[in-house]
Order: sequence, then C-alpha cells, then structure tokens
Amino acid sequence: MSSARVVITGFGATSPLGLTVGDMWAALCAGRCGIGQITAFDPSGFSCKLAGQVPDFKIQSFVPKTYRKAVKLMSRDIKLAVVAANEALTNSGLITKGIDPEKVNIDPKRMAINLGAGLISCDLVELAPAVAASITEGRFDIRKWGRDGLDLVTPLWLLKYLPNMLACHIGIIHDIQGPSNTITCAEAAGHLAIIEAAQIIARSGSDIALAGGTEAKVNPIVMIRQCLLQRTTSENQNDPAAACRPFDADAAGSVFGEAAGMVVLENLENARLRNAKIYAEIAGLGQSSNINPAYEHLEPDGKGIRIAIEKAIEDARIQPKDLDLVIPHGTGIAADDLAEAKAIEAALGKAAADTPVWPTKSMLSNTGAASGALDVIAAVCAMNESKIPAAKNCDRKAAGCSLNIVTEPQQADIRYALCCSYTYGGQTAAVVLKRA
Amino acid sequence: MTENNTNNRVVITGMGIVCPLGNDIETVWAGLLAGKSGVARTTIFDASTFPTTFSAEVKNYDLAKYTKNPHLHKYSNRGSGFVIGATAQACRQAGIDLETDQPTDRIDRSRLGIYLGAGEGSVDNDVFFDCIAKAWNDTTGQMDWGRWAQVAFDKMNPMLELEQEPNMPAAHIAMLTAARGPARSCLTACAASTQAIGEAMMMIRRADADVMIAGGAHSMIHPLGLTGFNRLTALSTRNDSPETASRPFSAGRDGFVLGEGAAILILESLASAKKRGVEILAEVIGYGSSSDAFRVTDMHEEARGAIQAVTSALADAGISYRDVDYINTHGTGTSENDSIETRAINAVFKEKAKDIPASSVKSMLGHLIGAAGAAELITCALAIRDNIVPPTMNLTDPDPQLDLDYVPNEPRKMQVDIAMNESFGFGGQNNVVIIKRYKEVNSE
Repeated sequence: MSSARVVITGFGATSPLGLTVGDMWAALCAGRCGIGQITAFDPSGFSCKLAGQVPDFKIQSFVPKTYRKAVKLMSRDIKLAVVAANEALTNSGLITKGIDPEKVNIDPKRMAINLGAGLISCDLVELAPAVAASITEGRFDIRKWGRDGLDLVTPLWLLKYLPNMLACHIGIIHDIQGPSNTITCAEAAGHLAIIEAAQIIARSGSDIALAGGTEAKVNPIVMIRQCLLQRTTSENQNDPAAACRPFDADAAGSVFGEAAGMVVLENLENARLRNAKIYAEIAGLGQSSNINPAYEHLEPDGKGIRIAIEKAIEDARIQPKDLDLVIPHGTGIAADDLAEAKAIEAALGKAAADTPVWPTKSMLSNTGAASGALDVIAAVCAMNESKIPAAKNCDRKAAGCSLNIVTEPQQADIRYALCCSYTYGGQTAAVVLKRA
Repeated sequence: MTENNTNNRVVITGMGIVCPLGNDIETVWAGLLAGKSGVARTTIFDASTFPTTFSAEVKNYDLAKYTKNPHLHKYSNRGSGFVIGATAQACRQAGIDLETDQPTDRIDRSRLGIYLGAGEGSVDNDVFFDCIAKAWNDTTGQMDWGRWAQVAFDKMNPMLELEQEPNMPAAHIAMLTAARGPARSCLTACAASTQAIGEAMMMIRRADADVMIAGGAHSMIHPLGLTGFNRLTALSTRNDSPETASRPFSAGRDGFVLGEGAAILILESLASAKKRGVEILAEVIGYGSSSDAFRVTDMHEEARGAIQAVTSALADAGISYRDVDYINTHGTGTSENDSIETRAINAVFKEKAKDIPASSVKSMLGHLIGAAGAAELITCALAIRDNIVPPTMNLTDPDPQLDLDYVPNEPRKMQVDIAMNESFGFGGQNNVVIIKRYKEVNSE
C-alpha cells in the first residue's frame, strides 16, 4: 500500500518578530532582530537579561465569544498557540468551527492535531501567596501547606500547566476530533510533531492536521534553568541584536524566547480537490537520538543529528546535492553549534561546501518547542519567495565550522530545503521540504 | 516519503515494570491476581495534612540493580529512574544488549527506537519552595525577581532542574541501550503511554524501525502534583482506608488514587523477532486515537471521543467488536470516568457489551498517570499468556447505573485471545491499543 503525499497548505507564527507569518518573514528579510531586554519580569539578577518576546496581543480577539471564559485557564504557552493556530487555519482556507461555525467545511473526525510543547512552568506569582502562607520560622512547612497553603491555589491550577492543554484548547475551539498528540521533546518537539502529523496523514489516519510547536520561555523559572545550565549568553547584554551568534567565533550562548509556529498539513488529494494553495510538500523525514553522558549537550561529533539528516534525505529519495537550503538548529552555544556543523558536513558530504545554511535564532531567539516549526515556516517562505535572507551575527565563522553560512541575502531557486533540530535529552529530527 | 506497509506485523518481545505492586513482572502479576493493593499512607513526603494522605508508591526500588553505570543516571528523579529498571527488564527478556559498544543481539542500533509517554519530574521541592518564600514580598504582593535569581543561583542544582523535562526518561533509555532510531516522547496526560505504544507500533509498520522501546514513566506523588489533583477534587479522600480507596465502578467511588511507576514493552517487527529467534509474547494489532474537543475539565457526555478511539482501533485491527475477549478499562474510580467509559463500551460493543469482562487494575495499582496505559497493556499481555483476567477489587458496592461485567473482586480463568486497553486523559485525550495471542498464521 503506497502512502498518501502530504503537503503544507497553511501556516501561522506568533513570534518575537510579530503576530503573523507575514510580519516574521518581512522582519527576517529586513534583518531585524526580535531579541531585546526582558520586560516580562525584572531580569537584573539574571546572567542573561535578554529574550525574544512576542509583541502585545489581546487573546480575546483570537477566541470565539462562546469560549472567552476559558481564557483564564490559559497559560502563556496556550495563548500563543491559540493565536498561531487561528492564523494557520485561516490561511489554509479551511473553515473550522472556530473560524465560522456556520460554514464549516472540514470533517472534524478526519482532522488531527500534533503539537510540540514545553515543560510549562507555573506562574510563581500565582503560587507565591500559598507558599507565603506555609512558612514556619522562616522555612517552608509542608504540613502548613497542606492545611493552609493548598486552599489558596486556584482549583483548576493544574490544568493551566499540562502540556497537552495547548492541543486541547485549540481542539475545542476548532472542533478537531481526530488523533491528538503532544510531543514533549523540548527543542526538537516542533519538528517531531510535524513529522508525526505527516505520518498520520500518510497512513490515512486523518486527511488534515494542524501541527507545530509552542513554548513560552520568558518565565523566571525557565530562564533561571537555562542560566544555571550555562546555555545562555552573558555577553552583549547592552546590544541585544548582537547577542545570539550561531556558528560565530564569538558565540557565547543562546538567547531564549517565546513563540508558536503552526502549519496545516494536508493529504495532497484533499488539497487539490478543494483547490487549496499548496506551499510545499513534506518530502522526507528523519529521526534519531544523541547519546551523550553530558545530556545537556549534543554529542561532540553530532552523530544523532547526522543520522536524522541522512534518513530524511534518503526518505525524500534525493541526494545531498539536491538541497538548496539548510536551516540548522544553531543555538549560539559554541560546543553544540560545532557538533551540529560537523554532523551537517558529514551528512551532506561534498555538497556541504555549496549548500546555503541559514540559522534563524540570531533573530528569532531560541524558542524551544516552537523553534522547529518556525524554521519550517521560514523555509517555506524562502522557497515561495525564492530568497534566502541573511543570517545575522555570523561575522567570523567559528573555528572548525566550514558550513556555507548565508551572510548576505541572496536570490535562490529552492527546490528542496532541509530543517533539522536536536535537544538536550537527545532526540533529533530532520525534515526535507519540496517546493510545490 | 517512504511507503506504509501494514503487512509489517508487530509483536511484543519484552516487558518490564516498576510499579506500586512490585518491581518485576511476575511479582506484579501475582499481586494483581491475588487482589493485592499497592496503596498506603504517603511516605515520599509528609502529606498528613493534605485532603488525601495516601497514594500508591513504588517501594524498595534500587536503580543500581539495573545498570553498570549508575553515575550516568545519578540525577534521575522518580520517573526517569524507574524507567531504567523497567527498560532493563524488558530488554533482558527481549535479548537486547545493554551498555555495550558491541551488541551481539542482531539489532541495528539506527533501527532501534524509543517512544515514551512520560511525565515531567517533580520540582526540587525544598529548594523550589524556599526560593519562592525568600523572594516573595508579602506587603507588596510581588515577587522580587532579583532576590529570586540570587537564591536560585545559590541553591538550585542545574542537572536536577534539567531532569524535570519530560524527555529525560528517553535520554536515560538511549544511554542504556545505545538506541539511535526514531525517538519521541509525548505527554497526553493519563493517555500518554498508550499513545506512545500505538505510535511506536506505527513506526514499525512504516518500517522506520525494527524494534521500539515503548511505554511510559511518571510520578506525580509530590507536593505540587498532589495539590493539583486535590484542588481538582479528582482524588479519593478515603483517608481511613487507603487499601480500599480505589473503587472503580463502585457506588462509593470518590476519585482516583495517585500512583507512580514505569512500564516498558519491546515492540518488534515479526521479521526481526523471527530472525533473532526471540520469544513472542503477543501481537499488537490495533491502535486508535481521538480527542473529545469538548471541555478541558470534563469528558464528552455521550463519550464521543472514547467511542471514536475504540472504533478506530477495532478498524485498524481489522476485527469486529465481537472478537474482543477482554477490556482493560481506564477505570479510574472517578464518578465521571467510570460512567462515561461504561457508556462508551455499551455503545461500541452493543449486545456483547455485558458479556466482555472489563476490569480495572487501578483498583490495585492506583493511577500511574502517564505510565498507566503501558502498565495496563502489560496486564493484557499476561492475561493472554495465562488465560486469566485480573479483577476489579473493592467492588463490594456496585453502582446500579453501571451494568458491565467488571470482574468484581476475583480473577477469572477464561480463554483470552484478544485484549483491548483503553486510556483517557484530561483534556479529552483518548487512546486505545488492541493486542492478540500470537499465531504464526494470521487467519481469521
């Protein structure tokens, strides 16, 4: 039995570069950086005071009237996801219950949702009064918490922070009743969710899927963890646009951020039947694992990412030289970038020297579970616009990296593009996209 | 993309478990058939003043028994630590070599994958609460983030923070087994590990992997986990009788009992299992997934999503509802779940519904949350192996509204060839996996 072909027919991005894909792409082309001083909380005590923050928005305008009460159950991650989902579905031309309940043109049971989500951290301000009520002689007292503190926690508190609640809220708003999954593989989650959604359509488990990733990392707990792991940069704190420097000799760590990226995947026949605009085809998928005792880092030779790339290229039935663009994970963490560069060079072989490589995190920041989805969207935009914007902050390539980093914007005829990602904890992913 | 191949039959060749009734398959199985309870007063932390003071804890677990390299796993928490034991047991049964650069098990490491339904780890409790307490300004009602950062930098252990990420159990498995195939981890609340097993089966069918290490790991027995569920009033508060508190399908049920653990199954293509000459424990034949798209707090009243998941699993397996011999229910012991699950079974299994034994091992194990589905699928495989169905314990006061055969209080000897496992999660996640006694020739 041959499997169905899967295409991208819509996308949405809520990113530090704006509330829409259009805004994000325009900013990427203009070389604008979405990183700035953290405003969500006072970051003065943090070793990295920078982040990629999404511009202000009113969640109510992205939620149907009948569902507005549920907004109070939405953590920041959920809100970002709801906004991007709304754009992606609108952009696809599909009419769900959330777009217009009178004109629904999808079969809810034949639509899937697969999202990458992060470890959602609770709002400390919300928890703090309960903690404050549980102190005995200056120390946290668990018995007092059980007696007094616990009741100060709002009854539905837990539901705001379950990672699957992104998909659940979106599923309720848009009436998506098919397979629903939430991939929790940190920075590789966005790609892995897109991969799973494509496989579900390929095996006829659904005709359409909303897929992508979301994470809101501009939170004191998340930020302190990244600082503690020394994954953040403490350089260039007064020059945010220069802070995140993937593959650059002066790379000193990553800058984290918040975003949601969503694509609408669709069975090719389904898309043709309804005359949908087809942006790209999902041509090849690859996955693997890093194995590193220091599992906060990519293994030094990047073997796990190399295997994923090789499998994706093989799955697409192309040769490395057929790739016209690579968007790497490229975090700005020097050791990880070097390992990834080695992996890409090994996987692409001779073709590596000529293939344009365009890291995006210098502008979008490292948005964790969202980052892979944003990169897929950026690659699709590049394909459709025949244009690769410049990678920022790679002024002098790091020693040992011989990738062909695109430092000047260029016109490019892109038939095949590769996006790849990896994460602490090991999972790796690669997606080959083909121009429609 | 490469082609689907539904002719790739997928079999189970290994199983391992660490759970409240024991830390190996046979002990747990004997306990379930004897109707033992894994529930007792909570000892992991002082829960004596919580609305619920009991839980189903893993006992006497020693990670060092399962690895030559305990230092690689020294930051593991309860969930990511339990998964090492469960994986080691399952791999041993399936003949998969551990912790070696030169495996002789004839499995290509790039075709050995991982799919877990795994939960987040607990926060580092004392440190976490202390950091908040020190940074909270009661007068202004604000957090002093400078102070927070200062205390956190001083007290938090970076690796213990990292280990809370839900993909960490998969990291430990990769180190243990050198698996380089497709690796994913999902978290769809209480339905996660059933989903992981279903998707892992699909990876083998699609020929992306020959062998998948699939299952779940989770512990929410920690102050914030217990707080969250207590505030949702989802837990039993029968503090005077912990062993009988988990009462699925009974009239007196008042919520589920929080459990913890890890359960791992080795899924393998039939061709690989035959090539390696390993024992085949059962065949995985069907998987269905759906979402209620109804409310984040409640299941759909008409069990819409549950019905769809069961129906699509049956269709995927290519069998009729009449072919199912045993249903391992989600059976949590909450008022809502048990009645809606009963409605779903009645809707799908029609005239046969009341004849199919449908029990809940949560009556003994408690609710392993993300790991529940995998643990329960293991009991399905054992039911097929031994032709005996585990009971629903504590069913001394049946709910007159619930009319199925829940196998009350005694295990039942009977022929079991096809067993179905149901898992439902908060937010309307529904996943169902069907397994079958392995037969060389697959003719019905």
